[in-house]
Amino acid sequence: MSGSGVAAPAPARAGLETMTYREALRLAMRQEMERDERVFVMGEEVGLFDGSYKVTAGLLEEFGPDRVRDTPISEEGFVGAGVGAAMLGERPIVEVMTLNFLLVAMDQVVNHAAKIGAMFGGEVRCPLVIRTPNGAGNQLTAQHSQSFDGWFAGTPGLKVVAPANPADAKGLLKAAIRDDDPVLVIENLPIYKEKGEVDLDPELLTPIGRAAVAREGSDLTVVSHSFATVRALRVAEKLAAEHGVSAEVIDLRSLRPLDVETVAASVAKTNRVLCVEEGWPSYGVTAELAARIQRACFDDLDAPVERVGMAEVPLPYAKELELAAMPNEDRIERAALAVLDLAPAL
Amino acid sequence: MAVIDRTDSPVDLDVGDLYDQYRMMFLIRRFEEAAERQYKAARIGGYCHLSSGQEAATVGAVSALQPDDLLVTGYRSHGFALARGVPADAVMAELFGRAHGCAHGRGGSMHLLDVSRGYYGGWGIVAGQLPIATGMALSLVRRGAEQAVLCELGDGAVNMGAWHESLNLAGVWDLPIVFFVVNNLYGMGTSVERASAEPDIFKRAGAYRMEGERVDGDDLEEVEAATARLLRAAREDRRPAVLEAVTYRYRGHSVADAGLAYRTREEIEEHRSADPLARTREILESRGVPPEGIDAIEAEVEAEVEAAVAFAERDEAPAVDRLAAGMYAPGSEGQFERMRPGSPFGEAELVFAGGLGA
Ligand SMILES: Cc1ncc(C[n+]2csc(CCOP(=O)(O)OP(=O)(O)O)c2C)c(N)n1
Ligand SMILES: [Mg+2]
Repeated sequence: MSGSGVAAPAPARAGLETMTYREALRLAMRQEMERDERVFVMGEEVGLFDGSYKVTAGLLEEFGPDRVRDTPISEEGFVGAGVGAAMLGERPIVEVMTLNFLLVAMDQVVNHAAKIGAMFGGEVRCPLVIRTPNGAGNQLTAQHSQSFDGWFAGTPGLKVVAPANPADAKGLLKAAIRDDDPVLVIENLPIYKEKGEVDLDPELLTPIGRAAVAREGSDLTVVSHSFATVRALRVAEKLAAEHGVSAEVIDLRSLRPLDVETVAASVAKTNRVLCVEEGWPSYGVTAELAARIQRACFDDLDAPVERVGMAEVPLPYAKELELAAMPNEDRIERAALAVLDLAPAL
Repeated sequence: MAVIDRTDSPVDLDVGDLYDQYRMMFLIRRFEEAAERQYKAARIGGYCHLSSGQEAATVGAVSALQPDDLLVTGYRSHGFALARGVPADAVMAELFGRAHGCAHGRGGSMHLLDVSRGYYGGWGIVAGQLPIATGMALSLVRRGAEQAVLCELGDGAVNMGAWHESLNLAGVWDLPIVFFVVNNLYGMGTSVERASAEPDIFKRAGAYRMEGERVDGDDLEEVEAATARLLRAAREDRRPAVLEAVTYRYRGHSVADAGLAYRTREEIEEHRSADPLARTREILESRGVPPEGIDAIEAEVEAEVEAAVAFAERDEAPAVDRLAAGMYAPGSEGQFERMRPGSPFGEAELVFAGGLGA
């Protein structure tokens, strides 16, 4: 533990740079580690191996083994160690190889980290960051293809963010590191290699609890997060080109807290809404959205709230089956047309 | 040896099972090489973990199983499936995601299985298979069966909580299980020394007052003898144990990893120069098997692997309209019936169209 540890803000290295999502995450960590010596990284293969998905590449060399710490395969142990260190005022960033393996540490996340603020009456905080990717699509099969975003977002005491592009990856991870509560940063396997413009300003954060209008439109609102936003944006272009439909895409960015206001403002304009997620929709993020939208926008809706997500099966290995199960762009497009009464109802 | 079929050995010499075991080791090596080629040709997807270099540990341990013993493994398991007698065709077809794969194309490389041979998977979460194997051993006890479970795991799995909990359960309940630790010196890019406070993994058994033993995992006969002895103690005296076989994986963690970021080429070469296949071949020759007899195996095995690839290529894809096949037990349709109205993604429809059962 090291006092407040925060250095005076570095002079802004102004300017935009095009980089991948993984580079943007790395930039965020590097900036925050320079800014605050309480910040350290731990997880499986984050150091010598440069990260399973190369997000932490080069950080060991730059910051040394005390601040970039390889762990054994012991998720429950090192996620919990992150909780304890955070309670003493450290700012641990715990990388979990994928969201699937966070289940092994579920008890530390849900039963411990999420409880600390409330259960002890605000006497102690837990400024922990857990970074981990969700996602499917490379035939990784049932145990390695899951998106449990809704489970965590349904847990009071946690904050959950899920950037869909490099700029938000940098901005949200930095906001998470500076936040005084446990924040789960859900990254995404297919987006790691996607490129986008990122503002290098170390003081530019993406606020937690604020959605973004990722694309403006007037006929239909598509609400999504993480990779579903990438898909939604592609489908929106197709809808415009092939059906003359103007779709607005709301990228949630934060799942807990959830920015219902931005969603409702869009639905008030378009009167039709489709919610998309990569995970199973039953009891999921889109279920939550549907409940809130019907209440906030009851008088605005011209059609039932529709949703698309992963087919409700443990993801099979065979390519043909996997493709059929995923919330692919054809399924999103069909659902959008159904909401617009341009195709039969689902 | 119980399961590996005796081939029509061209050799009259009595070399016990060694001839067939060598053949199996060679089959695994060639199978893995073919899998790597097919992965690079994009016919195999997902994660593909090869076991080249670990053949003696694999074949030695499986050789010690009786036909009705049970086998449970992690995800680096092509070799275990083959050694247990799963046909190369069915394993390769699984890797290709085809309908006649041993898990119907739904499991892939990490989730092989063959219940008819007592092989209960093929698990992808590190150490996740340990409590399951422990429960199988419990079931054997409840049935009064004189059978045992062999549970394979990697050196990386011993730092998970599930390891501790499983060993303790096996200890307090006197379960017939051997935890077979394939110590190939690394879990992904992390060496055993960097990951384990007690890198002599077999010694940890002592904390549960069970027998722990370490063998040269590249010495086929040593692995087989130790496994056989510990399995017998498990079967007959209900004594659980830990057996650690020290070996080396030649390839990267998976086909996607070059395997060079955390170890040197020299280190890999050093291990390759003491190749378990070459060592086993030498023993065969030293016991009088002529080189021609051994070469004959090699040609035969190559043809078998080629045939497996051809089988997988020809095999059909699983039917997409049976996406959910196997998910719920037959008879569950009625339970899902009333989920239909207003269901946009059709849990009920999936269950019905998927056809329950396998
Ligand atoms: C709980 C969990 N954490 C992380 C992973 C990712 N992972 C897959 S294999 C592996 C290394 C395991 O090493 P080891 O047990 O030594 O087996 P080996 O690969 O050497 O056969 C890791 C970290 C996982 N599958 N499950
Ligand atoms: Mg290992």
